[in-house]
Amino acid sequence: MTDQDTPVVEVTGVTRRFGKVVALDDVTLTIGGGELVGMLGPNGAGKSTLLSLVSGQRTPDTGTVRLFGGNPRDARSRTSLGLTPQETGLPATLKVREVVDFVGGHYPDPVPTGELLEQFGLADLAGRQTGAMSGGQKRRLAVALALVGRPRVVLLDEPTTGLDVGARQSLWAAIREYHAAGGTVLLTSHYLEEVQALAERVVVIDQGVVRADDRLDDVLQRVALRRVVVRSSAPLGESLAGVVRFERERESRGDRYELFTPDADALVRDLVTSGLPFHDLEIRGASLEEAFEQMVARDADPQGALR
Amino acid sequence: MTTTTAPSVHLRTPGPVALTWLHLKYQFLETVRVPIAVLGNLLFPALAMFFFVVPQEEVGGNPVAATMAVASLGLFAICSASLFTYGLGVAEDRQLPFDPFLRSLPAGPAPRMIARILNGGIFSLFGLVPLIGIAWLFTEATVSWSELLAGVGTVLVVSVPFVLLGIGIGYSLTAKAALPVVQVILFPLAFAGGLFLPPMMFPDWLNTISELTPTRAGRDLLVQALTGEPAYGMAWPVLIGWTALFAALAVGAYRRDEGRRFR
Repeated sequence: MTDQDTPVVEVTGVTRRFGKVVALDDVTLTIGGGELVGMLGPNGAGKSTLLSLVSGQRTPDTGTVRLFGGNPRDARSRTSLGLTPQETGLPATLKVREVVDFVGGHYPDPVPTGELLEQFGLADLAGRQTGAMSGGQKRRLAVALALVGRPRVVLLDEPTTGLDVGARQSLWAAIREYHAAGGTVLLTSHYLEEVQALAERVVVIDQGVVRADDRLDDVLQRVALRRVVVRSSAPLGESLAGVVRFERERESRGDRYELFTPDADALVRDLVTSGLPFHDLEIRGASLEEAFEQMVARDADPQGALR
Repeated sequence: MTTTTAPSVHLRTPGPVALTWLHLKYQFLETVRVPIAVLGNLLFPALAMFFFVVPQEEVGGNPVAATMAVASLGLFAICSASLFTYGLGVAEDRQLPFDPFLRSLPAGPAPRMIARILNGGIFSLFGLVPLIGIAWLFTEATVSWSELLAGVGTVLVVSVPFVLLGIGIGYSLTAKAALPVVQVILFPLAFAGGLFLPPMMFPDWLNTISELTPTRAGRDLLVQALTGEPAYGMAWPVLIGWTALFAALAVGAYRRDEGRRFR
């Protein structure tokens, strides 16, 4: 059932709608054993929907989802799957130790509770009710719960949102360690930084469509763009050096262009030597975050905002 | 920090009995840690007993009438606990973010559902303890040990359709909608089933309707177990029919909910 060759996660031509909103639109994605994949996208892009399909919580309208070659709706397919609960959802009256015992009890060979709590620095809190934990402690417990069953793949949904730097670093260390031991990771985030720190492969998803699926370096190149804003009465665009894409707004005093390029210096040099008329030149070193947002949210419409 | 992965050997996953036990254990713990929920379950039938049965000499002083009254109140307590716990409890649980997480663990829905039913049964039995105590101390109600045992067994069987109805409601509606729906269903059913007024006082037409309700069938079967007074012939078929119907409703509602839930 689970050959080495069988992909861990195989999503083929999946579409999922919620009423009129198309959360995923013909998505295809294959993840092999031992990969560490970061899924990036703004809120409502479809990341959580995709995870819920992979973990068998929902079914696609069309297309197929396979987990270790099996249907994720079948409980047996999920024996080697770990995922994080949302930290706000932990049963408040149960003690930390009890929640770990409870979740671990579903798996054939769980990590002993004491060992797991030790590993995540929660040993001192074992006897405390989860309702009395801080946000950071709950996050750590949530990630610990994803790993309690010694899964071969974990799905981590925004694992460090809202954590301070130290707590984030230590969770990253735990995720890296899991991966180094051969585990497969699919994590979502809307922090570029997080994906940059962890992932080897990046999938950018927006409005239900996979916009990019590439090695981390390649995607970073694509988003590490500079933005050159300029007005001109002449048509500007990809004829200029290094312009990867541009936007044009028609205005009476000359159209306003936003030109995106990895090398602003070369672009300006080319612009000047080309002899084309221009004014109001402005160069913005778009941050990674900003460039990324530009990349995914170009024609955002409020309809797409499904969480 | 050395654990977490071990490319897994093929070990056996926990069986359905172990999983049901696991869910039962933690559901029980969760319930017990909210003392007011437990107390409410214990107090309500006991208070009703004190207000409505003990002061009425012609009921409290008559062994058969008193036993019937205890049976009716006990059954009402169980119907109400089942409908509220499951109808409202399930609807509330579904709104918690922990619920989709539980559904993604490697266990089907059965262990959790069965544990829920067992857990409800345990707390229903707790609710009967003070009721039986009061009946024993303050009224002439009498039962033998074997009758008591038969009564408790009957109560558990009779509670099944109400548990299923509660689950059906819980998976169909939001918590806000489930509350009034449960109330609208519970009180007419309890009245028509003769849990508030003994059915001997019903006119014929009402008695005919009454005998078609699951509450009446349950009440008469319980009275039969406790006093030996025979139930009407259709009591079992009526109870089983409703059980089948509510089971279909519960399963259907659960399946629909899986496909429909979003966010």
